[in-house]
Amino acid sequence: MTAGGNHLKFEILNLDFYYGPSKALSDITIPIKEKEITALIGPSGCGKSTFLRCLNRMNDTIPYTRVEGQVLLDGVDIYTAVIDPVDLRQRVGMVFQKPNPFPQTVFDNVAYGPRILGMARDRGELEEITERSLRRAALWDEVNDKLDQNALGLSLGEQQRLCIARVLAVQPEVILMDEPTSALDPIATLEIEDLMSDLKTDFTIVVVTHNMQQAARVSDKTGLFWLGELVEFDETSVIFTRPKESQTEAYVTGRVG
Amino acid sequence: MPSSLRATFDKEYAAIVDDILKLGSYVDQAIGLSLDSLQRRDVAQAQQVVDADEAINLLRFKIEEACLTLIATQQPAARDLRAIVASMNIVVDIERIGDHAAGMAKTVIRMGDEPLLKPLIDIPRMVHTAREMLRLSMDAFVERDSDAAKAVVPLDDEMDALYRAIFDELVEIMSHKPEGVERATYLLWCAHNLERIGDRVTNIAERVIFMTTGDMRELNV
Repeated sequence: MTAGGNHLKFEILNLDFYYGPSKALSDITIPIKEKEITALIGPSGCGKSTFLRCLNRMNDTIPYTRVEGQVLLDGVDIYTAVIDPVDLRQRVGMVFQKPNPFPQTVFDNVAYGPRILGMARDRGELEEITERSLRRAALWDEVNDKLDQNALGLSLGEQQRLCIARVLAVQPEVILMDEPTSALDPIATLEIEDLMSDLKTDFTIVVVTHNMQQAARVSDKTGLFWLGELVEFDETSVIFTRPKESQTEAYVTGRVG
Repeated sequence: MPSSLRATFDKEYAAIVDDILKLGSYVDQAIGLSLDSLQRRDVAQAQQVVDADEAINLLRFKIEEACLTLIATQQPAARDLRAIVASMNIVVDIERIGDHAAGMAKTVIRMGDEPLLKPLIDIPRMVHTAREMLRLSMDAFVERDSDAAKAVVPLDDEMDALYRAIFDELVEIMSHKPEGVERATYLLWCAHNLERIGDRVTNIAERVIFMTTGDMRELNV
């Protein structure tokens, strides 16, 4: 795996997260390098998805939650007043477990964000952004003759790549992926993984996955979460060949979790 | 979508193949320099061959490490898995060939400036054949060509015949010239190292056949 530059896109420092009185994340410190794929693994309920949602303040929408510590995006704490969550979510896009296209045409799905954000001056520009995004998501060849069809008619794998195109259309810097292939068959899964490897030339990707083998295949760095704590964070090749922590060894060899 | 969905595996495996070829060229050079040291009685050059063995060992570990990581991270199956497992076996044999070349060089160092017992005739032939076998096996590995791999078998038979001839000739000399026993033994050690190189290359050919066909068997039975 090759790494990009040395710039840290995200620096998470001593992050604690609470749902009401219960602490879901404890003292998480992770450096996330630009143009790398960082994978977060761990058993269900370990806090990895909660952590991911801290990176674009998706947890803000859940009542009685609280964040302590720092989440620096290009050196600026995203939990300070200077950051507008809507701008933040444009810079830090998200792809979810189940493909969730809008029940609209393929074109309108991708054009949605640019329209809302006023990114295109006219229809021509909008078409240009849409085509570019669909091409970047490796979907153009499959859908260019059905742009006006309902997106729900696409296969699940195509729908997920459409959701990725929808994120790409608003020109994000970081893409968060929460179990992006758990609803897909093995070939569609490999297609998404291949796309992820391709996208990391331009974007920083953080992916949460139940599928350890997927983390091993696609990522540069891997972090293991356990009961709200980060057990180990290292080069993916190290995590899967000679982890330092016995808990990591147990998890990656399938002895627990 | 690209035609291969295992672009990462393909890229990293290609890097392993490159390193294996590099390892092969290192030991090929070591064999050639060992013979040259013997022919010219160049102890300093023989010492260089012995010293250069360290680089061969390090590259072997680097390749094994890369194979290990590729298995752990890319979960290869079928031909991809066989190629990685074969690669891990092949580097061990190549590295051992390096040890045999260094073994011959060490003999040259022990010989110092004692005159040769007899002119070198069959040992250079063995070296030539050994290098040809190594070249064939490396080509077969890169091309994933099991028929090309089998071409080493008759050459290994030649190696065995040459070794037998050297052995018989030196035993004959030793039985008549007790004062030449030590110098005859040196040449026997050189020939023995070369004979083992032939066996190691045959192992490599067996692994190439395994990775190509899935068939695991001995070639020289």
